[in-house]
Amino acid sequence: MARFGMALDTTKCVGCMDCVVACKTENQVPEGFNRDWIAYQTDGLYPTLHMEIRSERCNHCDQPPCVECCPTGASHVEDFGKIVLVTENECIGCKACVASCPYEARFINPKGYADKCTFCNHRVEQGLDPACVSVCPTHCMTFGDLDDPQSAVSRQLAARRHHALKPDAGTEPRIFYLT
Amino acid sequence: MTELVLTRHNAMIDPLLHAWGWEIPVYLFLGGLIGGTMMITGYILLKGRHRENSCVCSVLPLVGLALLSVGMLALFLDLEHKLYVWRLYTTFQFSSPMSWGAWILLLVYPALAVAWLVRLPAFLRVGQVGRLADALAESPRAIWAIGYVNLALGGMLGIYTGVLLSSLGSRPFWNSALLGVLFLLSGLSAAAAFVHMIAWDRTERELLARADNIFISLELVTLMLFLTGLLTSGASHQAAAALVLGGPFTAVFWVGVVGLGLVIPLVLQSLAVTHRTLHSAIVPVMVIAGSLVLRFVFVYAGQYSHWL
Amino acid sequence: MDALSRRRFLKISTATLGLATAGGAAGPLARRLAARAAGSAAPQGIRRIPTYCSICFWKCGAVATVKDGRLWKIEGNPDDPLSRGRLCPRGTGGVGAHFDTDRLTAPLIRRTTRGQDEWTAVTWDEAFAYIAERMQTIKAKYGPESVALFSHGIGGTFLKHTLQAFGTPNLTAPSGAQCRGPRDTGFNLTFGEDAGSPERTDIRNATCLVLIGSHLGENMHNTQVQEFADAVAAGASIIVVDPRFSIAAGKAKYYLPIKPGTDIALLLAWMHVLVTEELYDTAYVEKHGFGFDAFKAEIAPYTPEWAYPETGIEPEVIRATAREMARNKPSTLVHPGRHSAWYGDDAQRSRAVALLNALLGSWGRRGGLYAPVALDIPAYPYPPYPKPARGVADDPDDKYPFKLESISTGIREATISGRPYPIKSWFVYGTNLMESLPNQAETIEAIQHLDLMVVVDVVPSEITGWADVVLPESVYLERHDELNLNWFREPYVGIRQPVVEAPADQKPNWWIARELALKLGLGAYYPWKTIEEYLAYRVTKAGLSFDELTQKGILRGAPQPIYFDQGVPEEFPTPSGKIEFYSLQLRDKGHDPVPKYTRPEDPPPGAFRLLFGRAPVHTFSRTQTNPILDDMMHENEVWVNAGVAARYGLASGTYVRLKNQDGVVSNRVKVKATERIRPDCVYMVHGFGHTARRLTRTYLAGASDSRLITRVKVDPLMGGTGMNVNFVTLELEA
Repeated sequence: MARFGMALDTTKCVGCMDCVVACKTENQVPEGFNRDWIAYQTDGLYPTLHMEIRSERCNHCDQPPCVECCPTGASHVEDFGKIVLVTENECIGCKACVASCPYEARFINPKGYADKCTFCNHRVEQGLDPACVSVCPTHCMTFGDLDDPQSAVSRQLAARRHHALKPDAGTEPRIFYLT
Repeated sequence: MTELVLTRHNAMIDPLLHAWGWEIPVYLFLGGLIGGTMMITGYILLKGRHRENSCVCSVLPLVGLALLSVGMLALFLDLEHKLYVWRLYTTFQFSSPMSWGAWILLLVYPALAVAWLVRLPAFLRVGQVGRLADALAESPRAIWAIGYVNLALGGMLGIYTGVLLSSLGSRPFWNSALLGVLFLLSGLSAAAAFVHMIAWDRTERELLARADNIFISLELVTLMLFLTGLLTSGASHQAAAALVLGGPFTAVFWVGVVGLGLVIPLVLQSLAVTHRTLHSAIVPVMVIAGSLVLRFVFVYAGQYSHWL
Repeated sequence: MDALSRRRFLKISTATLGLATAGGAAGPLARRLAARAAGSAAPQGIRRIPTYCSICFWKCGAVATVKDGRLWKIEGNPDDPLSRGRLCPRGTGGVGAHFDTDRLTAPLIRRTTRGQDEWTAVTWDEAFAYIAERMQTIKAKYGPESVALFSHGIGGTFLKHTLQAFGTPNLTAPSGAQCRGPRDTGFNLTFGEDAGSPERTDIRNATCLVLIGSHLGENMHNTQVQEFADAVAAGASIIVVDPRFSIAAGKAKYYLPIKPGTDIALLLAWMHVLVTEELYDTAYVEKHGFGFDAFKAEIAPYTPEWAYPETGIEPEVIRATAREMARNKPSTLVHPGRHSAWYGDDAQRSRAVALLNALLGSWGRRGGLYAPVALDIPAYPYPPYPKPARGVADDPDDKYPFKLESISTGIREATISGRPYPIKSWFVYGTNLMESLPNQAETIEAIQHLDLMVVVDVVPSEITGWADVVLPESVYLERHDELNLNWFREPYVGIRQPVVEAPADQKPNWWIARELALKLGLGAYYPWKTIEEYLAYRVTKAGLSFDELTQKGILRGAPQPIYFDQGVPEEFPTPSGKIEFYSLQLRDKGHDPVPKYTRPEDPPPGAFRLLFGRAPVHTFSRTQTNPILDDMMHENEVWVNAGVAARYGLASGTYVRLKNQDGVVSNRVKVKATERIRPDCVYMVHGFGHTARRLTRTYLAGASDSRLITRVKVDPLMGGTGMNVNFVTLELEA
């Protein structure tokens, strides 16, 4: 039993979108939709600027509001790695989960069900990294078990300064950005 | 100065969340209205005034059944995966207000139907149904039970329409427990205005007009408390409040909801119940319209609001 | 000069091949593919086929996955030293090239006036007959030299072969004069060798990396970006010089917001500091340098205080960055860049970059510019080409003595003027000349002088619209190609092989080139019948297993020395045999022996200098109809300084048009109001604003910088076209 999470090194990330493209092809994400995306955040005035680049996606929160609000149980936390998933044929497309996510990580698949990052659970169950992690040319992402202090992701989080997104929303996200 | 550029461009999500269109506010409005009518029906039944020449008992449950069907249709239209709607009823999700709502709606239908039986029109009082209707009307315990169930379910329905939004904590504009009370009061007020509008009995009309003044007043207080709550919370909530305090929803909120929907009707109706002016049909129409606009403002502004 | 450096490369790379000779159980993949094609139903299950990428010219090793007969995904080949198992976003999105619905599907012959884009679909045989007949007529009337080829990338190999067999020397590419030509000349004049492709940059071992206009991270040259991230993570000092706060600038210890066009002033001042403070690698310079004293005297006046008003970079910053470079020498890499045709003094600027590297002792050193190696795989034994009666037509007056490649714009000029002799036919392969050459009007004018224009492309790009015959090529995932024998850190060979079949009547370039040669009666130049025969011959001749190559996609040779301290000969194939701090060959031809700075023209009031660059998800103007990459970035934006935008009342997302100094107006383009650019210039990603209607997915999305580049400054050394010399005003959309 694991509790999967991710650490992303914003100092290495160049925002090339390879993670986004890889997710598209791996998961056949429909055209016009993104399960992951890049945020370019620039602070300051020219030429004294600071930039943080983040590859963002579902945070697979420990307190997932999308699972709590789901009226059918389609949104659920699976057992293998506490990954937040949607069972397509249980979803009625009510969009409560879409509205409930502070990261706006969900969308409605053109087929009608709520769709989002799955941490590539089909790969993870085979011991592979999610597609986005495995393609990244900068090796800026680390995926693994947050409950295992020896996992690469836990060690990175122990060693580096990091922050999560929108901590005030109280969802306890499991994606961390190393700075 | 911060520049934030996202490469995401998902339909209904970007640049600002707009997952719910007209269907949800219409459904929430009708839900609140029906909840209000059920509470009024329940109150009248509990008071034993169902024998009076009352539209509340004779017509209101039927109207409720009709509007509930319209509301359910709106809700259904909003669903993106319609063929799977039955999935609502193969499970009960304790933490999901929507699941609660689905089951409450299922109970509301029989509750309304039974309430209607109490004053079933004579031409329908035939056969088994007629005998059942007669038996119910003659049994104080049955009347009490029906009144109680309608009062309780109506309250639950009204509150649920607010909790549905307030439970989605990632939308700071909705992130207030007052939303349940607010929507309940708004539903009660709209229901009272509705009765006021259609009632043929003058006493009943007067009663509901007076009641509506109380509901409107409480709603105004709740609304102000709601805004106070947002403004005294963190930055995300203040930004959410700003949506109606200078932001894109300011005009429709202050003119449509507060002015035309609450304050002006309250003034006019106060003058009418103290017999300084005549009752006017325009007042209940304004209240009902205001109640609808309130749902639109809350659903849209809520979606625009987000954690910073 | 180029040949000299190549000879040396060959010398050090002729190596024993330390290859694992695992037994190849299965037959070559193509055979299996053919067997599959013979069967009726699509095979079920997963197949993984190694190949190499062609979304850009980098040639990363890749593995494509086909699921139930349908192309699913492409990943990096872990055996590939270039991609290290990871592709860039374009490579990952290469799947979309196969599924692109805008693709050309059949050979086309022009039906009406040139440029009207009206066609008759014909068979391949009809197309070849048409082309061959006209080529023979041109040959009879004007000589075979009157046929020119513009090509880009490895896919042009066989067309070059056919046309050389036909007898023309006029093979050219915009990747020279419009791109890396000035850089290669500048480095060649200094070290006797150029910076190579992939560049010989040892970024991953650099402890200080200087990027001048090079926007790694947006410019997705895979290996370089990977190594850049490694260097950043390892704590290397990054110094970025750019008028725009690029992605790389966001990683920099020092960001120098330079005034566009003044790079030489900064480079001279840096060298001045290194020399006057004696911070340079004195032993290295003493051992390898030629003319250092004369060089030292030349750069004496260029103090940081002198450079300040030119560049806008404070003297303290110039000194601090020079000292930072010196502290890390010789593992300080001043990146040579790639696209370097900017201001017309580009070969000299590149020479200044080369000289700065020389002062830091980075050439031939770890963390600097290593000596690349390649596998020595013999060429196919073709008969010798006929010797053209006349030389390349690109430079009739011998104005550009230091060009290393033929000048594409020179061929265009010759086509218009008929000097030194008429050019009557263009073949265009893999390059959208309307977007890749400056001054579109001149390209169109040149095309009017042609008797035959043939374009080989995968999509109906702008240039296909001007053709007489359009030949639809299969995309790289559907074909074989020439072997990849990149010069790199270690020797290796990569193979491109088909992963899926072409969806319609598209054909591979080798087949097109071969069939055309047969029609022209040049069958002797194609003794092989299939490309597998050709590839197998070469690979086997080198003592390698073709079966193993088809299964693995990559075969690696034994590691070779790539630094001086590993045994690479410390040789510089320049006239002096040394690093030429002072260039006699430049002096002899009347050019500055040491680079000099010329102040660039300022934009007129209210106008901005137009700069252009790249996005990580597109290659040139080639990938905009790829559905996956289009989904990543559908249109470009014009970057405008936030303060300037506020003055114009322009919010991000507002559409404007750009109007250049010659009155040319762009397509409408969204404003990106940002702090990330200087107020005196605007910036666009190249490759957008397509006007070819049949590019339905991208038609009129964004604006084309090329269309606004109606003015160039020609590099006096090598004929490169400096293109960052156009000024635009912002025209508000009504």
